Amino acid sequence: MSQSVTASRNGMRFAQGDMETNQRAVISALVDNESGVLARVVGLFSGRGYNIESLTVAPVSDNGSMSRINIVTSGTVAILEQICAQLDRLVPVCRVVNLTECGPHIAREMALIKVVSAGEARTEALRIAQAFRARAVDTTARSFVFELTGATDKIDSFIELMAPLGLAEVSRTGVAALIRGPQTI
Amino acid sequence: MNAITNTTTLSAHTIEAGRTLSGAEVLIRALVEQGVEVVFGYPGGAVLPIYDALFQQDKIRHILVRHEQAAVHAAEAYARSTGKIGVVLVTSGPGATNAVTGLLDALMDSVPLVCLCGQVPVPLIGNDAFQEADTTGITRPATKYNYLVKHPEKLASTVHEAFAIARSGRPGPVLVDLPKNITVGDAPYTPPSNQPRRSYQPQTEPAPEAIRIAVAAMKAAKRPLFYVGGGVINAGHKACEELTAFIRQTGFPCTQTLMGLGAFPGTDPQSLGMLGMHGTYEANLATHDCDVLIALGSRFDDRVTGRVDAFSPKSFKIHADIDPSQINKIIRVDVPIVGDAGKIISAMVQEWNAQPGEADGQTLESWWAKIKAWRALDCLRFTQDQAPEAIIKPQHAIRRIHELSLETGRDRFVTTEVGQHQMWAAQFFQFDKPMRWLTSGGLGTMGYGLPAAVGAQVANPDALVIDIAGEASTLMNIQELGTIAQYRLPVKLFIINNHYMGMVRQWQELLHGSRYSESYSDALPDFVKLAESFHAKGMQVTRLADLDTTIREALAHPGAVVVDICVSENENCFPMIPSGAPHNEMILGPEQEQKAHKISREGQALV
Repeated sequence: MSQSVTASRNGMRFAQGDMETNQRAVISALVDNESGVLARVVGLFSGRGYNIESLTVAPVSDNGSMSRINIVTSGTVAILEQICAQLDRLVPVCRVVNLTECGPHIAREMALIKVVSAGEARTEALRIAQAFRARAVDTTARSFVFELTGATDKIDSFIELMAPLGLAEVSRTGVAALIRGPQTI
Repeated sequence: MNAITNTTTLSAHTIEAGRTLSGAEVLIRALVEQGVEVVFGYPGGAVLPIYDALFQQDKIRHILVRHEQAAVHAAEAYARSTGKIGVVLVTSGPGATNAVTGLLDALMDSVPLVCLCGQVPVPLIGNDAFQEADTTGITRPATKYNYLVKHPEKLASTVHEAFAIARSGRPGPVLVDLPKNITVGDAPYTPPSNQPRRSYQPQTEPAPEAIRIAVAAMKAAKRPLFYVGGGVINAGHKACEELTAFIRQTGFPCTQTLMGLGAFPGTDPQSLGMLGMHGTYEANLATHDCDVLIALGSRFDDRVTGRVDAFSPKSFKIHADIDPSQINKIIRVDVPIVGDAGKIISAMVQEWNAQPGEADGQTLESWWAKIKAWRALDCLRFTQDQAPEAIIKPQHAIRRIHELSLETGRDRFVTTEVGQHQMWAAQFFQFDKPMRWLTSGGLGTMGYGLPAAVGAQVANPDALVIDIAGEASTLMNIQELGTIAQYRLPVKLFIINNHYMGMVRQWQELLHGSRYSESYSDALPDFVKLAESFHAKGMQVTRLADLDTTIREALAHPGAVVVDICVSENENCFPMIPSGAPHNEMILGPEQEQKAHKISREGQALV
């Protein structure tokens, strides 16, 4: 466990540079895997008027006693700091880190994208899918379901390109995220 | 505690006198082990097994209230006047929903409570069963934490953990929802674990570096000010005593929040009284002009800060709190210190004595000269017509209750309802000891005072317990006169009766063109007869000449008394920072009321 990541929260905090603009942030929390924990986290966001862009949650420890919640949110530096402090205050929350604040990190999501088309549009969709390294996981004469993994903006642009080519349905996971390098939360 | 020390050898289901314990008996045993002496509650279908177990023991006393909300307020006052944990027992469905207001009140004011709540049996949960409510769902944002016990083997450990969470870190209410099949069925008893919960280990030791920087700033301060909140009182008597000695050592002025009254003696010359919307002129001007602000166990509530961007604009801010989420929440501070207030004060004292140099006596003297000039304005002054037939002013009544109750020399506990009378009580009662002032601060719950008086009197049977009430607020929980009668609690209820929801009327006068929409208390009961019907002594006073004798007689009466003090209807509570205004633009009295008419639309939108 890295001490430096949490030290900023428990020790001294001073005003930082750009205070007023809204920033996008990925916040990861390790929580006790108990009933109601997700409701506490989500209720905190809605109750205090914070924004949730996406949210993922799944057990991450060997015995299933801990889950990791990754939340993409946005706000000023002060709001992001409040979000982390408020999350950390919840009894079943063990650790909270704003990944965006603690340096380079990887954030990936997976999407399933259904495209229904024929003729030139169908061929073009397949060509673009290859360029994006999306896999066709379901194929019929009239449709494809592509599986695509990557950063949020990569998936956004793939969907945008599919829009005129028969885009029919999208299912996205929201992000899973880790700090780069040996550091952990 | 001693009856249950040899339990570790028992495995599986606990056997006592040759039989297995029921869940309800395990619950009682856990409560006893947690040192619980009193439970405030109200029975119902889902908690019948618990009431049966209560009936068959004599270690825990049950106080039967007349409404579940009152049970929670009584437990709050019990907790806040003793430093122990308040315990509430209510039934499922309406029992639980009635308790919600009290739970949120306790959450906002950081009061340690455990609320035990009946629930329909586990197999019926989710079936819209009779008196079923999603209690953990409803109370999730109204508690510090809550549990639904679904397995008998989790019962004892859950109850023990609930107490640990309620009292540790920033204290708060914890609810345990108990399905009836769990309390009826057999359950194993397990003693409390010494292991804290992995995910909940609040930081209590302050960072030495933060203390060093804070004390260095205090030593260099020219215009320092202590701003002390309820967190210091929650840290206990010792923390308050140490703080008092420290403040006297530094020679700095000290202002207290509504919740912090009593943490530092109110009669001490270094006390500036309460700050904020109805705080004193000297406290607010000092907050505005200070150069080092030392906030201890306070949370920069909007009633304290007024307009945020104009709050104490020139000061270097030190903020000590046990709850990291309070730091930089409303006001950006320069030195955050996370930890227990008592430990922080001790560390500050040590650091103060270790760092070279003393505070600059000369600059401090000129700071005090400024403060004394503000104080000379005597911002709490009012004029009471001295004629015997004169109408009593509410401020005068409250001040006389303070002075005459002080004369009795008895240990006093003062509860209030919410509104003008509450603010006047905060202004005029000077508390020299902590835990004597019990009021609803954060949530502002009308109807708090009478049940709180029940809790305070149960906890302190020999003390003088006074509820300063408004006629509108007190009617919200007036049924507690029944509890007061049943347990022969000698509570003194003083109703400051101005026939209005006074604070609502005041805001309507200042901000809404004196259109008193629905704020007049029409068709009030005859409070004397009401008191008598509840077996209490009822008194009424309408003219100045009778005020002192009535108060004295009420205070001397051995039983419960309700005093209806008929006061002038149109008094406003001053001084006042109108909403949206900074601290240095206070309204000092009726002659300055036009200041309020200039309040902007944004100001009007604030509560």
